[in-house]
Amino acid sequence: MAEWFAMGGYAGYVWPAYAVFFGALAAEALLGRAQRRRVVAALRGRLKRRAARAAAP
Amino acid sequence: MNPLLRLFHQLGSPPTFYRLAGTLAPWCHAAALVFGTVALYGGLVLAPRDYQQGDAYRIIFIHVPCAWMGLFAYGFMAANAFVALVWRIKLCEVLAMASAPVGAAFTFITLVTGSLWGKPMWGTWWTWDARLTSELVLLFLYLGVIGLHAAIEDRRQAARAAGFLALVGVVNLPIVHFSVNWWNTLHQGRTVFVLGPSKIDAAMLWPLLVMALATHLWFFASLFVRTRAGLLELDGGKDWVRAVVLEGARDPLSAGTEAVHG
Repeated sequence: MAEWFAMGGYAGYVWPAYAVFFGALAAEALLGRAQRRRVVAALRGRLKRRAARAAAP
Repeated sequence: MNPLLRLFHQLGSPPTFYRLAGTLAPWCHAAALVFGTVALYGGLVLAPRDYQQGDAYRIIFIHVPCAWMGLFAYGFMAANAFVALVWRIKLCEVLAMASAPVGAAFTFITLVTGSLWGKPMWGTWWTWDARLTSELVLLFLYLGVIGLHAAIEDRRQAARAAGFLALVGVVNLPIVHFSVNWWNTLHQGRTVFVLGPSKIDAAMLWPLLVMALATHLWFFASLFVRTRAGLLELDGGKDWVRAVVLEGARDPLSAGTEAVHG
């Protein structure tokens, strides 16, 4: 197992490469979901304001 | 109407595509994780050590699929930008703009993993080699499209301007692809060939191809997620969006928006 982690002496290059791969893809997926939540929140706020204006005397 | 054409029309309608994308996205992400895990096991555990590069070559299993995805995503973005510019199809505008950040992520990974591979093999993190330089230009093109799209307030005008930039940038795709043949520089030539035998052992090839499948699935999953957001934004005042936003209070995916209600 330790030998496998050592990657024949290239552990310092192989593992950071995989870390960047997973990190960048995870960040991209989370940002995409956050974007949708932001849009929905903004639209919901707009609808609420409109409803409040319509209800005002 | 011809049934195929009718299917196409239905798919192109924002509410239909919104629902379809919402159904497909989690499955694509899950399938990408499954195939990615299989590919990683094949690449990091089963595949033998390279006789020249030792274990450092194992970066290939992410570097090459991500490089393919960088080009694929750009082609997908440009094709959609073209359709959006010529036929003014809203969905294609959104698809084009949604693929830019995903493609940029893959291109960024390609550059960083390439750098981490280059240091032990070539003795340098970076060199102005033809392949490396054109790949960096690809990243800048993505960033330019994203930036231009964000800088213009009117969403449709923004998509049109950014789509035009995306189309101009297509000229870079063959340069990236053929750079290793046209210029004799540091980056190695192609290893995997669609036509004819690849210059790589089967035990190393299959994890590479499975990872390519996984990254394609990941691309479409992320594309669908971003397209959904883009469609909601673009169709903001429409009835179907109002229905989605209001029903969203019960939608577990948008649990984070509860604060707006409370």
